[in-house]
Amino acid sequence: MDRYILIVSTTCFLAAVVRTSLALRAGVFRPGRFNFLAIVLGFVFQTAFLSIRGHALGRCPITNLFEVFIFLAWSVAAIYMLVGPAYRLSLMGAFTAPLVVALQVVALIAPIDIRHPAKLPANPWLEFHASISLVAYGAFALACIAGVMYLVQERQLKTHRLHSIFYHLPPLSDLFAAITRLLWWGFALYTLGILSGFFTGHPLPRVQVVAAIGVWLLYAAILQARHLRWLAPKRVAALCILGFSVALTLLWGITFTAEMHPLP
Amino acid sequence: MNLFCIGLSHHTANVATLEHFAGSATAESILRDANCAEALLLRTCNRVEVYGVSDKRISTDDIARSLTRKLHRDPHDFAPPFYRYEADKCVQHLFRVASALDSMVIGESEIFGQTKKAYESVRTSGAVGPYLHRLFQRAFRVAKQVRTHTEIARGAVSVGSVAVDLAQKIFGKLSDCKVLLLGAGEISERTARALISRGVSDLRVSNRSFDRACELAQAVGGRAVPFDEWPGQCREIDILITSTASETPLLTPGKLAPILRERLDRPLFIIDIAVPRDVDPTVNQMEGVYLYDIDSIRSVAEQSLALRRQQVAAAEAIIAEHVTDFVDSISQGLSRASQSTEHPSLEDSLRASEL
Repeated sequence: MDRYILIVSTTCFLAAVVRTSLALRAGVFRPGRFNFLAIVLGFVFQTAFLSIRGHALGRCPITNLFEVFIFLAWSVAAIYMLVGPAYRLSLMGAFTAPLVVALQVVALIAPIDIRHPAKLPANPWLEFHASISLVAYGAFALACIAGVMYLVQERQLKTHRLHSIFYHLPPLSDLFAAITRLLWWGFALYTLGILSGFFTGHPLPRVQVVAAIGVWLLYAAILQARHLRWLAPKRVAALCILGFSVALTLLWGITFTAEMHPLP
Repeated sequence: MNLFCIGLSHHTANVATLEHFAGSATAESILRDANCAEALLLRTCNRVEVYGVSDKRISTDDIARSLTRKLHRDPHDFAPPFYRYEADKCVQHLFRVASALDSMVIGESEIFGQTKKAYESVRTSGAVGPYLHRLFQRAFRVAKQVRTHTEIARGAVSVGSVAVDLAQKIFGKLSDCKVLLLGAGEISERTARALISRGVSDLRVSNRSFDRACELAQAVGGRAVPFDEWPGQCREIDILITSTASETPLLTPGKLAPILRERLDRPLFIIDIAVPRDVDPTVNQMEGVYLYDIDSIRSVAEQSLALRRQQVAAAEAIIAEHVTDFVDSISQGLSRASQSTEHPSLEDSLRASEL
């Protein structure tokens, strides 16, 4: 039953992607209410799915890679809805929806929805640690999306070839401000997630700790370079994309390790 | 009832011909001279058109005579290329004009204001009655819809507006931007004025002739900078507009590199409108520098126009829908009125006038 809800949610996000693709192809892209409403609706179904799954598990539904992907997609959509209108980045929805669709389609198709044979007991610190870390990943994902938008805009300005989408992309300065803020938000939440991991009452696998600290160091380095103005905005945008790709790979590693060695 | 539009535009007449008919005629004088029930004169730099409603058919020559500036000269002397639209064709033409589909630069914004002004100027005088009132109100609605639902007005098509558009895409708000005008040419002055109109307040002018720099600085509300100090200004400014008569590039990657190291996180937008160019084109390859010369600005303007042309079909579809709806609503309204007054309906007259 819950998987059907997820399919409906994915369809909503897919509708936003299809509409954007068709509009871009026709050269008449206009960010409108449709994309935002489709994303809101997709988010509502995501929330319903996580709620049903969480109720069945009796804990935060991030017990396997499937649920982690959905929770991450939910975080991305949630942060988009918070950040998009606030920074007038309405076009971000057009870039956010494909990422959410990709995450949910992979989750639905890949055989990763493996239920634990025994019901895992609730561990508030562990759940807080995992969920806050995933919300941080959502912020990093949005920073990555803003980075893509920045590079698309920058490329058009450099090559003097302006596509229809150019007129709807936010100014470079606004995008860079959004990237910086999202990086700070993501970094703060991720730091909180890592710190809370030490209060779970159980020793964490070394691989997980190393991977988590690796991601933390990567983003700390990007922010430090930004703060000291060592890097041009274009490079920061590119690093946001690289950083999130690395973080996503390590997230898979962390979740995979956690499934192999589940904490009580 | 005949609804008609008789006029001249850039499509059919040159400036001299337009001048000849863009004289002192008013809607009121046309009402009187041509014996119309309603009349509206739309006069812009690219067109002179009379929209009218009459009981009997009014000839094109009658309208031409009332528009002619020199009454002693017969319009037939040089066969002015007047066009004539009637009934639904007239409705369609006005909707196209108001939506800037018939303009020299498709999608330009001025025609809407000019049409509105022409309408407002005669609205209270009584020259415009119920037919033209409804027609023009609908035309304004259609024009707004076309602008909102298509990309017909998207992009900039002049040097000044391209520069402003690009600057806004790089910096967002222009109020905090510092601009340096290097050279005091006419186009750079116009570009600077376009930037000022969008909020730029810190403007510096540098020219080989310091007096000319002072003169221009005073005219645009900026401050003059001695010519040998302009490279140092590049550390502070955000936008550089160059238009000097230098035979060799003034700005090269070698000169700019040390400056850029000091402003790594701030982009530099350079508009080089000089011929030969003041800025080495390879400067555009440097990180954080966006260089536009006259060719690239022209290319952006052409892309905007191409984008607008792509939108014409979508705009025409909106207009066609409104033309049908407008003609239907008018004829239905008049049919109801004719039942009580026994006057012929506009639908009949519209059909009859489709010659």
